[in-house]
Formats: sequence, C-alpha cells, structure tokens
Amino acid sequence: MKDQNCSLLVIGAGPGGYAAAIRAGQLGIDTIIVDKQKPGGTCLNVGCIPSKALIHVADEFYKATHFANGSDIGISVSGAKIDLQKSVAWKDGIVKRLNQGVSGLLKKSKVQQIEGTAKFIDGKTVLVETNEGEQRISCKNIIIATGSVPVELPFLPFEGPVISSTGALSLGEVPENFVVVGGGYIGLEMGIAYAKMGAKVTIVEAAKNILPQYDTALTKPVLTKLKKLGVTVMLDTKAKGLNEKQTKLVVERANGELEKLQADKVLVTVGRKANTKGFNLEGLMLDMEGPFIKINQKCQTSMNGVYAIGDVTGDPMLAHRAIAQGEMTAEIISGINREWDKQVVPAICFTDPEVVVAGLSPGEAKQAGFDIITNEFPFMANGRAMTMEAEEGFIRIVARADNHVVLGIQGVGGGVAELSASFSLAIEMGARLEDIASTIHAHPTQSEAFQEAAMRTLGHALHI
Amino acid sequence: MGLYTIKLPDVGEGVAEAELVEWMVEEGQAIVEDQVLAAVMTDKATVEIPSPVEGVLSWRGASIGEVIAVGSPIIRIEIDGEGNSDGLDVDTPANNSDAKPPQDSVKSPAEQPAAGSAQPLVSAQSVVGDNKPVSKSSTPANEFKSSKMSAGNAVAARAEGESPLASPAVRLRARNVGIDLRMVAGSGPAGRITHDDIDQIIAKGPQSGGGSGRGGLVANTQITDVPVIGLRRKIAQQMSIAKERIVPITYVDEIDVTALEELRARLNKNKKDHQPKLTMLPFLMKAMIKAIGELPQMNALYDDETGVVHQYGGVHIGVATQTPNGLIVPVVRHAEARTVWECAEEVLRLAQAARDGSARRDELSGSTITITSLGAMGGLVTTPVINHPEVSIIGVNKMQVRAIWDGTQFIPRKIMNLSSSFDHRIIDGWDCALFIQRIKGLLESPAEIFIDE
Repeated sequence: MKDQNCSLLVIGAGPGGYAAAIRAGQLGIDTIIVDKQKPGGTCLNVGCIPSKALIHVADEFYKATHFANGSDIGISVSGAKIDLQKSVAWKDGIVKRLNQGVSGLLKKSKVQQIEGTAKFIDGKTVLVETNEGEQRISCKNIIIATGSVPVELPFLPFEGPVISSTGALSLGEVPENFVVVGGGYIGLEMGIAYAKMGAKVTIVEAAKNILPQYDTALTKPVLTKLKKLGVTVMLDTKAKGLNEKQTKLVVERANGELEKLQADKVLVTVGRKANTKGFNLEGLMLDMEGPFIKINQKCQTSMNGVYAIGDVTGDPMLAHRAIAQGEMTAEIISGINREWDKQVVPAICFTDPEVVVAGLSPGEAKQAGFDIITNEFPFMANGRAMTMEAEEGFIRIVARADNHVVLGIQGVGGGVAELSASFSLAIEMGARLEDIASTIHAHPTQSEAFQEAAMRTLGHALHI
Repeated sequence: MGLYTIKLPDVGEGVAEAELVEWMVEEGQAIVEDQVLAAVMTDKATVEIPSPVEGVLSWRGASIGEVIAVGSPIIRIEIDGEGNSDGLDVDTPANNSDAKPPQDSVKSPAEQPAAGSAQPLVSAQSVVGDNKPVSKSSTPANEFKSSKMSAGNAVAARAEGESPLASPAVRLRARNVGIDLRMVAGSGPAGRITHDDIDQIIAKGPQSGGGSGRGGLVANTQITDVPVIGLRRKIAQQMSIAKERIVPITYVDEIDVTALEELRARLNKNKKDHQPKLTMLPFLMKAMIKAIGELPQMNALYDDETGVVHQYGGVHIGVATQTPNGLIVPVVRHAEARTVWECAEEVLRLAQAARDGSARRDELSGSTITITSLGAMGGLVTTPVINHPEVSIIGVNKMQVRAIWDGTQFIPRKIMNLSSSFDHRIIDGWDCALFIQRIKGLLESPAEIFIDE
C-alpha cells in the first residue's frame, strides 16, 4: 500500500482519540486516525455505553418482576420475561449507531480513518497493519490514545467461565450463579445489573469495603441496596482460582478459610491497566510514570511532537477526561495556547443507587490541609425523591471554612448521575456555598437537595 | 470531673462590656492556676483574665474582636472535682442594674455544646448571639465576622502555591492574552478573578501587563483588609462620637516663645540630676491652668444627654500620646497641684507607661482638658479633635524662627502656633479668643506664669 504523510496521526479512536481527531480536523489539520476496531474505543464498544444499555435493560426488567406481586404504587405485572439475546442485540444496535455517528463526525471533519493495528517505527513514523496490507505513515505529530485494558488475574485468565467486562456485556443468557471478583464500580454495575436480571450474584472484594476509593457514608446506600437485591458481598476475601471442573470459584476468607462458590460465570473486574504493549511504544523510550506514559500540562510526552491522552496517561481513567485532553491537545498542536487547568474531573458509578463524586471528599480536603465545613442533605427530605421511590442517599458539600469556596460535592441516590453537571460547574466556576444556596433550583426536583446541602452547610437548611 | 465557668469579670467602674483582644490558650489545652487565659479591653485599659483553677480548657466563648457583656460566660474549664457550673446553668450577667442584659443573652448557653457537636457553624453563630453586647442591638461581633468574610473575598493574597480562582472562560481568555492568573488579584467573591479584572489589566497596557514579567510598572491590585479591633476600634468610636456630637470651632494664633525658650534653656542647663529635662509642655500646662482660673468653662465635661456642663475645680490634663498600638491619652491628674518640674516628671512617666502598656486604667481616664502635640512634626496648623466629653483641646504646632517686624526692623523670633478646638455648643468664639490670648500672654512673658495674683 502507498505510504502516507500527514500533520497529525492519532493512534486509538476511543473518546480521547476521536475527540482529538475531530477537533484537529475542524482546525484544518491534516489528520489520520488509526484503530483496529470500530471508532469509539472501550467506552463506546465495550464500556460506558453498552454497560449503561444493559443496566437499563436490567432496571426495566427488575421493575417488571418487582411488580409481580403487586406494589405500593398500585401496579401489578405478571409473567415478565427477559430474552437476553434480544437485549444484547438491542444494545449492539445502539453501539453500531454510535460507531457510525463517530465515523460520520470524523468524515465531516475530513479526518482519514484507517482500520488496523499501528506499530511505532520511530517518533515520526508508524507502520499500520490493515486487512489490505501494511501501510507506512509519516507525520509531524502523534497523539497516543491507546487507552487501557482490563487487568487479568494470572490464576483466573479470561477463558471458559471467566469473563472480563467485555464478556459480561455479551452473554447469551442470564447465568444462574454469577460471581464478581472485584468490588469496584465496574464489578458493582454489572453485578447489580445481573442480580436485577435474576442471577444469584456474589461479589468478592479483597478490601474491607466495596468501592474502596470512596468513604463509607457514600457507599452505604449501595451496600444496603445490594442486600435488598439478594447480592452476597464477601469483603476481605480473595479469589484463588477455579476448581477443576471449572464450576466453582475458590475464595479465601479473612480468617484463611477456603470457600467454594458456585459459579456459572466469573466476572473479573480488578481494575484496568494502561495499554502500552504490542505497538513498540518501548522503542520510543518515552519517560514513564509507573505503568503510564508521563505527560505534562499540555499532554506532551518526553519526545517532541509526541503527545499522549486518556487512560494510557493514568488515573482517573475516565472517558470525559480523555475527551477534554483530546480536544485540548488538538488545539495545542494547531498552535493555540492551551494548558490543562481543570479544577475537577467528576466520576460516576452507575450502581443502584448511583454515586457521583466531584472534587474533594471531607477526608481528602482535610488531608490537603484545608480547614473545611461540610454537611449533607438527605433525599429522604426531598419531595421529588419520594415521588420516585428514590429516598435513599444524600448530597454532600465540602467547602473551605474561611471563604466558603466549594472544594467538593458528592452525591448518592437514584438518578444523581445527571446532577453531576451542576456539581462540576459549581467547582469549575469557583462557586462559594452562597452561590449555590442563592441559586433557585427548580421545584420539584432532586436538584433541590443540592441547594439545600449548601444551605445546610451554611447552617440554614429549610427542609430539614 | 466538673465544669468551671469563668464569666467576664467586672473590669471597672461603670464598664458594661469589654472587647476580647487576645486568647492566650487553645481549647483542649491544660491550664494551671493563675495562668493568663485571655485579655479583654475596655474603653480605658486592657485587662488580663487569669485562671483561678487548674484543669483543661474546654470552651472559649468568644472570638477575637467580639464585644462581651460583663457577666457573660467566656471560658469553661474542666477540672477535677466539682465545678461551679454543670454547663447547663443560666448565666445571668452580674450587675444587671447597670448592664441590662438582653433577654436573648440568657437564652441558650446550655444548648451550645449539644448544638456545637452537630452543627459547628450554627453554634458559632449562637455563641456570638449569646454574648451580644449589652448596649445596642447592633452586633459588632457579627459584623466583624462578616467583614472578615468579605475580607476573604476582596483579598487577592492567596496562600502561596494556591491556584487562582477563575471560571474556565476567564482562564482561557487570560491564557490567550498572555496573562498569568497566578499574578492576578481577583476582585470577585473569595478572590475570584473576573473578566473585569482581565479587562483592567489589558486596559493598563503592556507595561503593567499583570505581572507578565516584562519589567516596568505593575499594577498592584492587592487590597489588604485590616480588621478594626481593639484600641483602633476604640479610637474610631471616640472620634466618631466627637464628630457626631461636637460642633467644633478651631482658633489658631501664633505665640512668640523666644523668652520662654530662653527660660527653658536656662532651667535645663542648671537643673539638678534627679530633675527631668523640661519640654514646652509643662509650661503650657501651667499657663493653661492659670487661664482656666479666669475661664473655668474651658475645663469641663459636657454631658449633652442630661444637658449639664460639669466644670471641674481640678485640672486633669490629658496628653495625647502616640503608642505602637495607636493613640492613647494618659492623664496628669491635678496638674494645678503640681510644679512645673512635677508636671514634667509626670508627663514623662505616663508617656512611658502608655507606650509599654503598663498604664493603669485610672491613668488613662478622667481628663478634663487635653493637649495634643506632635512636637517637631507639629506642622503649621492643625484642627484638633476634641476628646469627648471635654470641651477644649489645645494643639501645639512646631516652633520655628521667623522674621518679625518690631516697628523699626525685622528681628528673628522663635514663633510657635497654637491650634485649639472648642465645643462651640458650650464655648463662644469670644471666650476661645480670650482663653488663647491669655495663654499667649503668659507664654510670651513666662515669668507671669509663676506670679500669684
């Protein structure tokens, strides 16, 4: 195949990569983007989007089965059934539409897409293996956006009944016994979804808490819901491997006792690692920061003209961080003076109830040396929450004691994910408690709890 | 374990409130008997509050700058054995005839600890409320708090390394025009940098480019907020009262002090070792005393609320004195019963005591007339502010040699102006003139000061 030249080559068409390519195209930069799979990366193909589709399926089915014996709100339903293959097909349809959408956007921005596997020759040259053969691409700038891959446990490789999150999104039927190794957000999201679809779910977590990066106040409503869903949560417990018949997962409890858990499927979600292997990245001898590519505030690596964005550059491994980095990096390459100056990267767990964190928790703020004031407003006291049967959870605000500038906002509750926008906006704009407390939040909405949390932190909540 | 409550003691006659100016101890700190816990300041003096017991400080009931009513609980100490309160008693100010405690001061100290643990912020406010100043409904403590808050707003001075507060749009714009926000003081709430701040920097042009590091003049947009507390607040209050109530008339005349300076030089040259060096001041004091003998209305306090002028027989001369903390006025009591030497000695002693803070309350109060002198810094003319409720103040300006026409020729004379203010509600202009002319006559012919008539 013919060799090509371009100004910018983006390796990886995930959220970071395609955002960078679109923006670069808009800015008139001659851009090529390479990925071996359909554009959208982990997020769109096997992550955020499909998992949310499946969670929606699970929620709807759970509602229907929940109504089997009648309900407080007067609805009864009988004979609810789930055809998971059809659900997965529906989900695949959404993914396909979005793949095409991203493709269309790239085309519109005049970005050339190449489906294939890239390999570095040097910092300005990449060899791409495509179905039609090898192609050499020379470029002025490169953005590495190769993302991350699920961490595999050596004693539980992804084969047979052991699946990664990707596998969990494409099961043909709801397994009877579903064991999740790892109580982080991915494991919990999938565990809860399968529990709602009727699986008997067990979550095995080595740490003392689920969602160990969050404080227990935030995770407690999730734990309560897990119990209600009949999910067994085994904390302080380590997975050891499958039995010989591959029907049971052997785990070690805190006291050293071994236990065998019936498992038709074992989902291993013990984290994700930077995707730095298999494309001769090491040949560039870039400075690394642990397992990640080291970047500065402009997403520049240690090599001139080589940039890196997204999961491959470290935590937080979140699509919206990658998108922001991608957009910024494209502008930097075009000559615009940009620098990473974000105050906050919000994070959401689509568990039931949902958990949102933006900025510093009370503990983190104290650790950072801030003198803080903090308080929370429970959804129990929020009218809209009651009408949606979503009274669990709360919104909490952390602010500096001296000038009331908001440092962090956390929420847990049904549907709080959508509130994350106002949380980030408040922090990014440098809002003080008084700004939030003095902003009218429409009634009746859950967002009132946000305003009330600010008022309560100031000592004058109205509805509690 | 018991709880020992210390209430704000009666710090002086007629004093109903005091301002907390310093905490010497922290909550949770171990306290020994007689250890000084806090300092409060009244109109007249700073008073230290010692601990009568040994224990652990469990509660500080006021913050610095807060005005506290006499009798309000201000400190609680956990002690071995029985305390003097269980923390639940109702604390009533001691001398309620004078102090007139407002009802809400009696309300809820008992609730504080409970509320405090649940909602720190609320309890902080209720503490303020409980110790509300006795006098008016205004709450200086609260105002102080809120002004402190807005201080946080306006002050650009961020802690070192703290990132500037600005919206994403402002950050983007600053970067585009090459302004480093770390060098910019924000005018918005909590020091937030606004588009207006950027506009201003741009408008000032490149040479002041907001600390762009290109040298040249840089706009200093920093605002330092200094809380007006302690002595400064007392001075401010006193000055406000003077301005609000008194209708001043200021009268300036020049005094030929050539003869007085000769006398003073001679006396200083021949003085005994134990005698202080004489300044102009004791002579002026003696001249004033003599003039007051003829115009007693000058040495008086005017109580404009009851409509009575108290004319004093004794002349208690306040001497405005600059100290590191600000202006205070120590008083030479019964100057009429002191010689020039004794007056000089007393002025010297009081000035020293005022400066090192050891002046007693009664040495800082009770003046009936005041002298203000800036010495060599005295300028040509000043408009002294009367020390309310007094009715006269004599201001001394600097002395200089001027050419004076003696009828046939110019001769060099040592001339000094006196700028004096009087409460025109009580003192007529004619009397002002008489008074100053009398003093002028005495100072120009100093022997007369010492001749009894």
